[in-house]
Amino acid sequence: MNHTLVNLIDISKSFGDQVILDELNLSIRENEFLTLLGPSGCGKTTTLRILGGFESPDSGKVIFDGKDITNLPPNKRNLNTVFQKYALFSHMSIEENIAFGLKISGKSKAYIHDKVKYALKLVNLDGYENRLPDSLSGGQQQRVAIARAIVNEPRLLLLDEPLGALDLKLRQDMQYELIRLKNELGITFIYVTHDQEEALTMSDTIVVMNQGYIQQMGSPEDIYNEPQNAFVADFIGESNILPGIMLEDKLVEILGAKFPCVDVGFGKNKPVDVVIRPEDVDLLAPEEGTIQGVVSHLIFKGVHYEMEVQANGFEWLVHSTDMFPVGQQVGIHVNPFDIQIMHKPESEDEEAIGINE
Amino acid sequence: MNKRKLLSGPYLVWSVAFILIPLAMIFYYGFTNSEGQFTFENVLAIGTVENFKALCLSLLLSLISTLICLILAYPLAMMLSNMKVNRTGFIVLLFILPMWMNFLLRTLAWQTLLEKNGVINQVLGFFHLPPLQMINTPGAIVLGMVYNFLPFMVLPLYNVLSKIDKDVIAAARDLGATPAYTFRKIIFPLSMPGIISGITMVFVPALTTFVISDLLGGSKILLIGNVIDRQFQQGSNWNVGSGLSLVLMIFIFISMLLTGKYDKNGEGGMF
Repeated sequence: MNHTLVNLIDISKSFGDQVILDELNLSIRENEFLTLLGPSGCGKTTTLRILGGFESPDSGKVIFDGKDITNLPPNKRNLNTVFQKYALFSHMSIEENIAFGLKISGKSKAYIHDKVKYALKLVNLDGYENRLPDSLSGGQQQRVAIARAIVNEPRLLLLDEPLGALDLKLRQDMQYELIRLKNELGITFIYVTHDQEEALTMSDTIVVMNQGYIQQMGSPEDIYNEPQNAFVADFIGESNILPGIMLEDKLVEILGAKFPCVDVGFGKNKPVDVVIRPEDVDLLAPEEGTIQGVVSHLIFKGVHYEMEVQANGFEWLVHSTDMFPVGQQVGIHVNPFDIQIMHKPESEDEEAIGINE
Repeated sequence: MNKRKLLSGPYLVWSVAFILIPLAMIFYYGFTNSEGQFTFENVLAIGTVENFKALCLSLLLSLISTLICLILAYPLAMMLSNMKVNRTGFIVLLFILPMWMNFLLRTLAWQTLLEKNGVINQVLGFFHLPPLQMINTPGAIVLGMVYNFLPFMVLPLYNVLSKIDKDVIAAARDLGATPAYTFRKIIFPLSMPGIISGITMVFVPALTTFVISDLLGGSKILLIGNVIDRQFQQGSNWNVGSGLSLVLMIFIFISMLLTGKYDKNGEGGMF
């Protein structure tokens, strides 16, 4: 495992009487692609701005490569930022934009020239040196912004929803582009987004945030397959979140029916939240299912059909490559390892903090 | 399409009646003598010692005033552009408020302040200090110009500075620029359009004013505006007055060209 590059220790930040971050702790390993994921106002951008030096925390420390940089101004930090709306210097050519940081650090003309050429090649914009930012498309401008940041060879690159303003196709292309860049350059990436798909595609580690608290941290697979609470389950992908009662180890009662599962240690007759992903709901003939229902909606989505099934008073969201017409009687079956059991939060505050004990 | 064109009719009538015809008349008077014969004499009247001195003094004082306005307005506009919107509204209002008051009244107020027995000298006298000669000096005229035209410098600067994306400034800092370097390479060049329009909006009225120099310069200091005013009012010599006005127009035109050229340089990158 690589060594820790950045440590955020007990970071708190409020604007007025609105608490944005409350004693946030987070460590980022060298060479990691870490994504801060959450809805707007969850504190992810503030975390990034504290890392970049544009905001200072009310309390807590930012440790970068073993040194406390909490009070260091942005220009003294060995990291660079890619801003959401590119923030290019509109009065300078592309070359001057990219050379900006190198010029400040006093590099030779020849070095700067070579570096700019290399960076433009890296982002597939050779020959754009003398264009002005406004003559470029959004995607091209974003790539210039990335080139302008990475040309300085920072240890850490901060990206603040850099693909938010691009259209879907371009966004997907840029996602692969970013992964390629990260692997080629060996820079640590901290990426902020509210787009769960983006987070799942690119990250080594995803940090799901809500209301200033980390809800869950883990690999994309962990986050998707084993969400720790209803917020994470709901935010990442589509899901059926049902109230359940944990009868005993490996047996949960959902909507009055008993489902075998694989979770243990919740105690007996304990109310829990149950997450079942729509693609994990198997539709069978009525007599073969654990519970029975009627298909109430059917939409063709390309790769799969999306269906809603009314069963025991709950509307189940189902993704399947098999089609069941509206009105059809079906049986619902879920494999034990596809059932994810979560503790129920006991108050709204707990829900925000994401306490599971 | 034709109906749309009709909508511009009123303005067309207006501009012909009140812009083109008067301009043509000034050209006519400027290039003829009292008998209606063609002559360059009126335009060349700028060459007399008195007139030429007035023109030079006008240029000098307006330049100084413009510069002072710029130096005063720029930091203020920067401060305003960094403030939260609801608070700027109030402060901008404070700056515009004097503009709602009559221009003459404001200048007259300065007269009472600066006069030989005016408020300032009375205060000085109270402390047994010698009175100052303030009224009827070039300094008083510059003060009047700065006081009256400062808002015209603040507003375009504030406009352009508040439109600069805060992330652009953050990006420069992020790339290693100190605050001073960020100002020199990013903020100042990006604010160039505001500087240009501010300079134009202060310099042109300052160059042509005759009220400020009349009230604060007495009859001792003549600006080109006063000279032209006298030709029309006292001498009833419309021909020389028009000729001198045309010369002044040339100077304004030149200043516009200079600032316009600088603006394009500003846009084209100043690396």
